[in-house]
Amino acid sequence: MNLSIKHLLGLEGVPRDDISAILDTAFSFREVLERPIKRVPTLQGKTIVNLFFENSTRTRISFELAEKRLSADTVNFSSTGSSLAKGESLKDTVRNLFAMKMDAVVMRHGSPGSVKLLSQFVDAVVINAGDGTHEHPTQALLDMMSLQEKVGSLEGLNVAIIGDICHSRVARSNIFGLLTMGANVALCGPPTFMPVGIESLGVKVIYDLDEVLTFADAINVLRIQRERQGKGMIPSLREYRAVFGITRERLDKLHKTITIMHPGPINRGVEIDSEVADSEHSIILHQVLNGVAVRMAVLFLLLGGK
Amino acid sequence: MEFRIKARLADEQGLIRTITRLAHEILEKCKGTENIGIIGIRTRGDYLAKRLVHKIEEIEQVTIPVGVLDVVMYRDDVRMTTKLPSVEVTNIPFNVDGKILILVDDVIYTGRTIRAALDALMDFGRPSMIQLAVLVDRGHRELPIKPDYVGKNIPTSIGEEVRVLMKEIDGKDEILLVEEQK
Repeated sequence: MNLSIKHLLGLEGVPRDDISAILDTAFSFREVLERPIKRVPTLQGKTIVNLFFENSTRTRISFELAEKRLSADTVNFSSTGSSLAKGESLKDTVRNLFAMKMDAVVMRHGSPGSVKLLSQFVDAVVINAGDGTHEHPTQALLDMMSLQEKVGSLEGLNVAIIGDICHSRVARSNIFGLLTMGANVALCGPPTFMPVGIESLGVKVIYDLDEVLTFADAINVLRIQRERQGKGMIPSLREYRAVFGITRERLDKLHKTITIMHPGPINRGVEIDSEVADSEHSIILHQVLNGVAVRMAVLFLLLGGK
Repeated sequence: MEFRIKARLADEQGLIRTITRLAHEILEKCKGTENIGIIGIRTRGDYLAKRLVHKIEEIEQVTIPVGVLDVVMYRDDVRMTTKLPSVEVTNIPFNVDGKILILVDDVIYTGRTIRAALDALMDFGRPSMIQLAVLVDRGHRELPIKPDYVGKNIPTSIGEEVRVLMKEIDGKDEILLVEEQK
């Protein structure tokens, strides 16, 4: 099965067949992670460079593990201590790297669209590991994989994304992916965190948390980005928790079970309580494991073959 | 690509008899079922393995561990092809250390699939022995690999192909020799 896409820049416009192929392949690759020897020779001889211009723990380690599990050679690059600090442009840095014959680049960058720009001037597979507030496609894919594993099918499933929508690339990628796969998506959060006109993507906006929980079969709880505190977006963390925090009491009122997801890192006691994050309905740790499998699938499908 | 059927090598009864004989040969050579595990190579080797296990269990009144292996991740031609094969789930639900593993596939041709399967099995542990059972050996080996149990030896030319059809996936049991239509 070949994908119709050549790069993974985002999930916007990626056809359903491609997403299904990635998820199916990811389930097959996950088994590798449970073997005594967790390594297959599938991408032997391929060189992948990880370009991280922004901080990352989970995504970076997850990509690197996925590459190593597939026997690819990896090179890591972070912006601190590089010639970017000497004033070299992104284009020059990357062109120099590629003069050394790379097959693929995984990039995280603070500017939306930077990954697309990169794909236009390098002759290699480009994978987006998060570009500003634009998209984070592999995160959405692993969210969808984890959900599909838990509930069976995404078709007709009601999924709510709760929190800081406007700063969230995870939310955008999830919206595109989930809608393509036939799920119904609702967004919830303070109006200051809700992009104007977001309904035009085909999602519902519900400002009342209890109402959105009544709608949802599953919720994806976004992190409140503390670094954005004090900019007048929300009055205080305590108030945010009171109005939008996912607490045991709120869920108990519903008399149904909701699958809980969180892309991490969690602010326990702010957007979600520990009791909920660690409950049997939470699939947060599955998300982390599936993240490696989904990235292996993406790398194999984009880099395997001629 | 169009294919023309050149010969019908076995029908349902023939296939069942061959599987029965292979089951007896395995029991004879392994002197029983102690310590054996059977692993089928996707796709048709998997169904074949399950039938062999069923037959052996029927004869010996025991249960035998069975697994399924997908070798796409280990194939040496993945980087040469433009059309990527799909990767299916591998599932070996028992510890292979110290076991006598019998690898099962429908047709052996160049031997490259078996090479990939051997590499894959080594990543699961250290079996004490690995044997190979195939339904059809059509010759043309490119690697020094020889099956321990062979259902049928069918000398073929390069342009021909052996098709094993199995009820579980094809709706009927049959072995065909086909040739590409020019």
